Parts: sequence; C-alpha cells; structure tokens
Amino acid sequence: VSSLATRLAAIAVAVVIVAGLVGFYVTDLLRSPPPVEARATAAHTAQLTLKTEAAVGPQGANPSWVSYLVQNPQGKWVHSTTFKVPANSLVHVTVYQFDGDSGLRNPFLSQVHGTVGNTMRVNGKPMLSIPPEEASHTFAVPQIGLIVPLRGVPDEAENQCEEGPCSLSQAHQTITFTIRTGKPGRYRWQCFVPCAAGFLAGFGGPMQTIGYMDGFLEVA
Amino acid sequence: VKEPNHLRRVAIGSLVLSAIVTPIVVALIAPTLPPGDGTSASSSQVFDNTVLLGVVTPIAATILVYFAYTLVVFRRREEGPQEGVAIRDDSRVHVPWLVVTTIIVMFLAAFGTAELADAGSGGGEGPSPAWKPSGRAMPVQVIAQQWQFTYRYPTFGGIETAHLELPVGREIEFHVTSLDVIHSFWAPKLGIKADANPGVDNVAYAKPNEELAFELRCSELCGLWHGYMFDTGQVVSNAAFVSWIHDQQRVFAPAAKLLPKYATHYFPEPDRRGG
Repeated sequence: VSSLATRLAAIAVAVVIVAGLVGFYVTDLLRSPPPVEARATAAHTAQLTLKTEAAVGPQGANPSWVSYLVQNPQGKWVHSTTFKVPANSLVHVTVYQFDGDSGLRNPFLSQVHGTVGNTMRVNGKPMLSIPPEEASHTFAVPQIGLIVPLRGVPDEAENQCEEGPCSLSQAHQTITFTIRTGKPGRYRWQCFVPCAAGFLAGFGGPMQTIGYMDGFLEVA
Repeated sequence: VKEPNHLRRVAIGSLVLSAIVTPIVVALIAPTLPPGDGTSASSSQVFDNTVLLGVVTPIAATILVYFAYTLVVFRRREEGPQEGVAIRDDSRVHVPWLVVTTIIVMFLAAFGTAELADAGSGGGEGPSPAWKPSGRAMPVQVIAQQWQFTYRYPTFGGIETAHLELPVGREIEFHVTSLDVIHSFWAPKLGIKADANPGVDNVAYAKPNEELAFELRCSELCGLWHGYMFDTGQVVSNAAFVSWIHDQQRVFAPAAKLLPKYATHYFPEPDRRGG
C-alpha cells in the first residue's frame, strides 16, 4: 500500500509540475509587453518611431526571431509591441525597416490605406503601394482599416543588419506616414507578411507572438 | 390493491402536454429564433429548425411527463418495497418503442437529405455544388488569411475590398477560400457557414431578402488573433451597392493593378521564409 501511495504521490507531484510549467509558458506567451508611449510633439500631435529587425538579437527572449521595436520618449529602443498613442490626434509614424523582403500572400495588402491621404513616404518618396513581392512586413490595424506595407531592404544592399540591435548606419528603408486616431480603445495590430524564418509557411513563432510581429495600439 | 395502468397515464399526460406546448413552440417561438429571415439560406434554416422543434417538443414533453410521474408515483416510501419487480421481454413496450423511434429517425434522415439537396442550407458545398439556385448568381469571393477576411467581386473587374457589401434581392454565390491555414466563414444572419481551406474553392449560396447589417467571423481556431477575425457587412439596395462598388474601385485602384487574375482559389508565392 505504501508503495502505491508513494507512486501516486510522485505522479501527482509530476502532474502539478508539468501543469505549472505549461501554465507559465502559456502565460509568458500571452502576456503583453508594457506599453510604450508615443512622444508628444505638440497639442494633439505625437511621434511614434518603430523599427523592424530580421533577428532581434539579445534584446529579445528569442534572439533569432524577427521583431518590431519601439522608441520610447527618451529615445531609447524598447522591445515592445504595445504602443500608446493619444486619441483624436495626428500621430506621425516613422518605421526604420532593416529586414529583407518576403512577399505578401495577398497583393491587396500592398496598397497603403487608412493613413492621412492614403499615402506613405519611402525614403522621402511618396507612394500609394509597393510591389507585393518586395514587402518585408506590414503595419496593419484591421479594426481601423489601416494597412501600411513596408518595403524590404534589397538583397544586394551593402552593410545589412543580420541581427539586432541595428543602427541607422546600416542598410534600411525609412517609411513615414501619418494616422489620425479616433476614440480611445485598444486595437490589435499585426504583420501580414509571412516573415517568420524557419517556421511552417513563415507563419509560426514571431508571427503568433505578441511582442514580435503582433501587438496592440492603445489609443488613450 | 389493483396496480393502475401507469403506461396509459403517462401516455395521456404526454399527449395532453404535447398538444398544448407543440403548437406554441412551432407557431410562436421557433420562427423568432436565429438566424432570422434575412436571406434565403437563413429562412431555410429557420424552417428546418421549426420542423425539428416540432418533432423534438413531443419527445421532450413525454420525457418530462415520465420524469414527473416517476418522481411522484414511484418515489420511495417507508412502507414500500425497496425495488420494483423486474420486467423483461414485454413486447407491448418493445414494439411501440422500435416503431416510433424508427419512424422519427427515418423521417429526420429523409427530411435532412431533402433540405440539403433542395437549397444547400447555407453550408459550403465544395467546388462543384450539388445544388445551385435557378438563374444567374453574383459571385463574391471570400478570401481568408491570418487574420482578416477580404472579398473579390469578379463581375466588377475583380476588385478586392476590405469589407463585404451585398445587394438585396440578388442570389449570391460565395466562393470561400484561404491563403494560409484553415479558416471558416460564418455570417449567421446570412445563414452562411463555409470552411475556408487553402487551395480549395468552397461554394455556398444565399439570397438576401432585406436590407440589413450583419456580423461575420472566423469559426475555425486559426492562430493568435482568431478571436479578432471578425467584421461587419451590409445588405443594401441595388443602387447603393452599385455606388459602393464604384467607390471601392476608385479607392483600391492601386491595389487592383497588383492583384493576380481572378481565380477560384490561390496558391500564394513566394514562401521565402517558410521552414
């Protein structure tokens, strides 16, 4: 009887440990990173500065994963994908894009939509769309109809950033656009390009994890 | 003391309760239940549900009467026996049970088959539908991807839109497909629920009967933002629809130039990052 009791106790302890580990893992995956506020530049105007890196490096828990990062009001890059912007305001967004192209599965998303003027600037040049095969990522908030395709760094570009932290001295594209925020709310954003290297069809890992290629836009 | 005829009592009680409740359920309650009469497909589902409730209500009434009768009449009494007498091989029970249940099951099988064959019941029928509506239907492609639906209108230059809008009174032929994983296109008020499988054209039909706003969502667990994969759509007058589609053609003209030629399904490339 004592042997049976010991075995049952061992099984119970093992089950509790495994359940705890699974719970910790799932909680860690689902937990949103802390929001980073856009820098206020004037009344009802803010600046949100982002960058994308092909591999986030030591800044993230998964160094080989592709990721967005955001600049806090003090100018420091933070590995977070929850962005806080003011409601009923103009938010100027700058994205420094260090990753190469992967291509969109749906070319419809290669057109800019939902920005002021439905346009963006790529390295200073105004554009309404990009060739879908040249897309590296998108910054898209489907709930508010925002889609901005981000053009990839050409394969032949010199001084490419393989792993973060990437600096502006390395090859990149600078994408700028402006959005007009509405009422307060929490809106999810995502990348539509299957850019998760090494995962089935490019859709696993960072594409399915808040803090990498998905996050929230907190309008407050 | 002579034992009363319990079977007769239960039968009479069931018949009385069924006679009262069934008309109420069939005439008053069932027609008001979702999904409503917004489209031909949803109306067909309301009719199916009404018939099924008409079959189920007497059965439920019989069960409830039997339970109530048992609780009252066969409850344990201090002075009574501990257990009842075992009853075996009584054909007065077996035969009616077999006959009634066989009739119900056969009716439901025949009714379900007839309804599926008659109108498709709003479900996806695959690439070669067994049932098609008479007359010309307007094709609308529903493209699912992680995590958004978009829509193509091949009769309007193959324009793709971010929202779904439909004209009232026209038969709609939905072509549901996916660009990545398995999704499902579910618009309850339209009476449509069709799987969206990558590389597959799944056809479903509905004819909007009235102008209405409707919700649509993915009903197949498809990844991180599955819970956010929803949208709203509208059924509008024909004139309003024409105005809307022309507006969409203007707004999404840059994307239209980049779209592939319309096809009933796609195998998107490149798959450059895939492992």
